[in-house]
Amino acid sequence: MITVEHLTKSYGSTLAVDDLSFTIEDGHIYGFLGPNGAGKSTTLNIMTGCLAATGGTVKIGDKDIFENSREAKKLIGYLPEIPPLYVDQTPREYLDFVAEAKKVAKKDRPAEVERVAKKTNIEHVLDKPIKYLSKGYRQRVGISQALLGNPQIIILDEPTVGLDPMQILEIRELIHKLGENHTVILSSHILSEVQAICDKVLIIYKGKLVAFDTPDNLGKISSHGSAIEIGADISLDMAKEILSSLNGIVSYENIESSDDQNLFKVHVENRDLTEISKEIFKAFAEKDIPLYKLNPVKTNLEDIFLELTSDSEENNITILEEKEIDSSITA
Amino acid sequence: MIAVLRHELSLFYHSMTGYIFGAFLLLFTGIGALLYNINASVANFEYVLDFISVVFIVIVPILTMRIISEEKKQKTDQLLYSLPITSTDIVIGKFLSLFVVFLIPLIIICVYPLIFAQFGDVYLPTSYGSMVAFIFMGMALISMGMYISALTDSQGIAAGICVAFMLFNYFCASLSDYVSATAVGALISLIVISAALSLVIRYMTSSNIVALLLFAILTIASLIVFFVNSDLLNNLLPNIMKKISLFERFSVFVNGVFDLTGIVYYLSVIVFFLFLCVQALEKRRYNG
Repeated sequence: MITVEHLTKSYGSTLAVDDLSFTIEDGHIYGFLGPNGAGKSTTLNIMTGCLAATGGTVKIGDKDIFENSREAKKLIGYLPEIPPLYVDQTPREYLDFVAEAKKVAKKDRPAEVERVAKKTNIEHVLDKPIKYLSKGYRQRVGISQALLGNPQIIILDEPTVGLDPMQILEIRELIHKLGENHTVILSSHILSEVQAICDKVLIIYKGKLVAFDTPDNLGKISSHGSAIEIGADISLDMAKEILSSLNGIVSYENIESSDDQNLFKVHVENRDLTEISKEIFKAFAEKDIPLYKLNPVKTNLEDIFLELTSDSEENNITILEEKEIDSSITA
Repeated sequence: MIAVLRHELSLFYHSMTGYIFGAFLLLFTGIGALLYNINASVANFEYVLDFISVVFIVIVPILTMRIISEEKKQKTDQLLYSLPITSTDIVIGKFLSLFVVFLIPLIIICVYPLIFAQFGDVYLPTSYGSMVAFIFMGMALISMGMYISALTDSQGIAAGICVAFMLFNYFCASLSDYVSATAVGALISLIVISAALSLVIRYMTSSNIVALLLFAILTIASLIVFFVNSDLLNNLLPNIMKKISLFERFSVFVNGVFDLTGIVYYLSVIVFFLFLCVQALEKRRYNG
């Protein structure tokens, strides 16, 4: 478990991390999101002991990273944004050094290197100089060093940056497997990746934590909410009349219009999408209006991310306070 | 610490640095031995060491320029910071690796006096006494080079500054004859040194207040000494320049005196610069 309390980091007059507090529970995969310069890498660097904080505490388990750094660091494996590799060495030599620095017993070191190499699938390049390896393999070597010593927590800063689609899928699969035995914190710009892999998401903006929840719950608290796309041969007034009779519809918008065919996006709150879809279908059927489209659309992480990081002040209020539900229907 | 030592040694001998350094030192020692011990038939091996000490101006920058600067440039310092080792472990591990790389050719050189002793009357205590001092002086110069490498992330800049530093150290005893020996000259020099020291402190702590406070204290102390007893400042600058020269102290050993104060001085320089190295790494941890 990682406990971060009132963490602050300033560079002169610039505040990079502003009173950050959160708790990372064991056995989950956490996504760390934020635009460039939001303070993600700074926070991860502080959590791993690479950087000192201006204020606040970070505890890995019950060990303070600043006061008991040697013990705390034994519990963490860290892959920084740029894999820290000595390119003149072979992966075996490099991993042997990291294993020794992580106090892996001399007799266990060769087996430990083989174990992580097998896990990251680099066994066949273990004796090839790192400078001759592709970016994907270098990234795997970087992840291997993080796994040495079998730490409880693995922190990966942008592990898929610069990789081709096939390599991204392989690394993603690897992270998924790591989540079975480790707590993984994954910083990424690829929102679909975070949504696919992570159990919980932390969104940081201007050094502050603006959201921390499961992707599904973030969708619920988003002002976009969930939505249903409805396509029907119907006028706007008729649509308003039918939709206003249903519960849980916050608003709707006409997103495509041609002749008498209209495509609406109906925003829904606090209702199960399947249930309300049935009600919509029934309401339109009662009026004998055929639907050519009825498509539930869940809010994706990209919408939430953009919403939370585009206008910080207002968005903070959206996240931190109970959202007022506006039941009026607007066209 | 041992992990860093073994790792650095591996890096030295993966690249050509370790071999070039050893070859360069052995080549120069060979030339010196040829000139003094064989051609001129001098039985003092310490003169060879005195002759080759100039080579430090080149080999120390070669050896130390990448030792920390390259870690910063390649971002591998992040790995070192995230491992369960301290900055002191890193600095001592790296310093010991430099010591080993420096010592390997010297072990071969240690055999030379024994070989020459087979053909003439070589006074071995002076030869080996000078050898010990040579090792300490080399390590003191290497600790300086290592600190300079910790100040930048460019190998080239580190090498350039290091050469300038070595040149100044080599020639400062000779230059001391040309600087002002008057009290006023010493006062001005002390103020300039105070300013330079304050700038270093400003760089290391990023605190204007601490730097200004240090500068003010040193300047006021210098002025007080100047106005109370200016005789104390006469010849101060030439004396300081002679005292700080590591090469000048080595000549005492070459002249046949095993000067323990010289060894203590070299050790103090080593500890001082290694301490500064640790502070430079910690500063990076604070400032990112």
